[in-house]
Amino acid sequence: MLSATNIALIPLLPLLGFVLLSLFGKQLKPFAGVLATVLILVSAVLTGGAAWTYFFANGRVNDVYQTIIPLNIEWLRFNDQLSIQMGLLLDPISVMMLVVVTLISLMVHIYSNSYMHGEKRFATYFAYLQLFTFSMLGLVLATNIFQTYFFWELVGVSSFLLIGYYYDKPSAVAASKKAFIVTRFADLGFLIGILVLSFYGGSLDFQTLIQQLTTPHTPALDAANKASFLGVSALTWGLSLVFIGGAGKSALFPLHIWLPDAMEGPTPVSALIHAATMVVAGVYLVARLFPIYAISAPELLAAIGWVGAISAVIAALIACTQTDIKRVLAYSTMSQIGYMMFALGVSGYGGEAGLGFTASMFHLFTHALFKALLFLGAGAVIHAVHSNEMHDMGGLRKQMPITHISFLIACLAIAGVPPLSGFFSKEEILLAAYQNNTPIYWIALITSGLTAFYMFRLYFRIFWNKPHTGHAHEASAIMWLPLVLLAVGAAFAGLIPFGELVSSDGKALHSELHLSFSIAPVALGVFGILIAAWLYGKQNAKPASIQSSLGGLFQAVYHKLYIDELYLFLTKSVVFALIAKPAAWIDQHIINAAVNGSASITQKISSNIKTWQSGKVQEYGLYFLGGVIGLAVLVLYIW
Amino acid sequence: MIGLEHILFISTALFFLGIYGFLTRRNLITMLMSVELVLNSVNLNFIAFHKYLWPSGMDGVFFTVFVIAIAAAEAAVAIAIIINLYKTHRSILVDTAEELKY
Repeated sequence: MLSATNIALIPLLPLLGFVLLSLFGKQLKPFAGVLATVLILVSAVLTGGAAWTYFFANGRVNDVYQTIIPLNIEWLRFNDQLSIQMGLLLDPISVMMLVVVTLISLMVHIYSNSYMHGEKRFATYFAYLQLFTFSMLGLVLATNIFQTYFFWELVGVSSFLLIGYYYDKPSAVAASKKAFIVTRFADLGFLIGILVLSFYGGSLDFQTLIQQLTTPHTPALDAANKASFLGVSALTWGLSLVFIGGAGKSALFPLHIWLPDAMEGPTPVSALIHAATMVVAGVYLVARLFPIYAISAPELLAAIGWVGAISAVIAALIACTQTDIKRVLAYSTMSQIGYMMFALGVSGYGGEAGLGFTASMFHLFTHALFKALLFLGAGAVIHAVHSNEMHDMGGLRKQMPITHISFLIACLAIAGVPPLSGFFSKEEILLAAYQNNTPIYWIALITSGLTAFYMFRLYFRIFWNKPHTGHAHEASAIMWLPLVLLAVGAAFAGLIPFGELVSSDGKALHSELHLSFSIAPVALGVFGILIAAWLYGKQNAKPASIQSSLGGLFQAVYHKLYIDELYLFLTKSVVFALIAKPAAWIDQHIINAAVNGSASITQKISSNIKTWQSGKVQEYGLYFLGGVIGLAVLVLYIW
Repeated sequence: MIGLEHILFISTALFFLGIYGFLTRRNLITMLMSVELVLNSVNLNFIAFHKYLWPSGMDGVFFTVFVIAIAAAEAAVAIAIIINLYKTHRSILVDTAEELKY
């Protein structure tokens, strides 16, 4: 099951779907959804087989999970030293990500068949979804950092295309541009980071790079540590720049501003790209290079942990105030990615110290399930009430029982209520934070209370709060089937002994659950749920009065702490006014003027001398005579 | 006694008469005749130099014969052009044919 053909087919099938649907979209339109879904289904089955074989049969040698590279072909050859490969790499985290991507993608494909039914660009939509799935799988399977970058940009493009899917809506166009520009800006960091790391590591290949930059006193590592710029070593610069790329993609503070706007895309897209898969690419990237971070730059890793923790708490605060349900979920996603990132940040490499790594990957896995479920559930609700705003909802539990139950399961999971999946992964993260970095632990604890509060605020306002007045009805079977499947996953995924399968060094990690340790987070979570129930269970004046008593504080959080405005100020007043405008002036008045001036001078001269060619034979004769006489005088008297 | 200078004087006068006629006449036939004057002034020079300076060589005579032959051919071509011009413009005045310009 781990042969090159089998693994290569996993990303290539969606690519085939993309090619077919983009070339023959018009002809295939009625079958576009079915075709795409079948291709992803085959891909998912292959992934399932591969994952089973890897984790339970071939992957483990002497109790250590091996890195297997079934295929690595030369793609671009520059010279003898420098060539770029394309390949397939299997290790615990890539296999785990393969499962997540194909599974969520399959669910989203099934769901979209009904959700997008009747859209004019139905086939195009599925073509984009297939392109995204292909790129994401390629990113996950990358054997070298350049391949990662290549597919990294491809997922960026497909995200751009899907956010701007409703291209006749100005807000969607603006959102897609924003997402593209912000992530591209971060990717510039990533690219420079790649160049720095590969220059010192002497290779683009992940394994060589890790081996070169983690073994003490290799020439490569010494050189990277010795070279410094602005007092920071080249290695730290390289790793920070790579992390900036990851932070942009993973919407970490302060590069998160594109994610809430990205909700302009169709809801299933938000579930797939902006909740479960693409946005965790940054976490995946740090996890992929984790040995270098943990062994060679532990201070940087700690800083990454702080970035994650700050993102987690800020996003959770903002999520409490938003009224667009998809935006609440977007901030929730950002908060949970912050969780994953600081879990990596507090982790060490190998053995018991690697708990944070395992916890991060575990949370990535469970989060993909329950967040995709939340988005798909929100999509079903939006489909029913034709609005994203909370105040158009309420009391939907009778009309939409299946959506209601699955949404409730997802909310309980993300709030960390035992024994649902989110409880286990979050406990592990909190435990890792508690052991290594107490301040981050306290931030995480507060965030987990906030998480429970805003998720149940969402839940109560959609399904309780006030009696429903419209005629919303349950989603079709094609739409609720993925909800039910994901709900089962979100409920029971926590029981997977994740530490046995995924750890920083490939050896099994036996993590135990300490009941006494769980009391605080669970109690805080339940407390958050109770407050949400008290405030939003029935329609009342309490939320409004709390809002007004908080005054400016509430307004500041409601306006997302004015970070967007800050960026606008920076770009408009600083970049545009101080750099762009002078540059434009120079371009207009100096460079342009030089070019235009030379053209107009030439034109004037030529328009004057062209009248010499008058067509009058006798004038030509006169010139000729003048010339001959001139030459004669020259030859006879001057020469 | 008629010396070389006399003949050169006549040939120069002929040459500039030809040039003057070429530049001032409007009728193409007259211009053609002016060109013939120029050519014949050259012929006269050749013969005069042959007679006074280089009587043993025949170069001057050969050149003159060549020039006469070429002048005949040139007249044939020029008259053909003039006839065609008359067909299209109903005129053989040189300033009616000035379309070939910027």
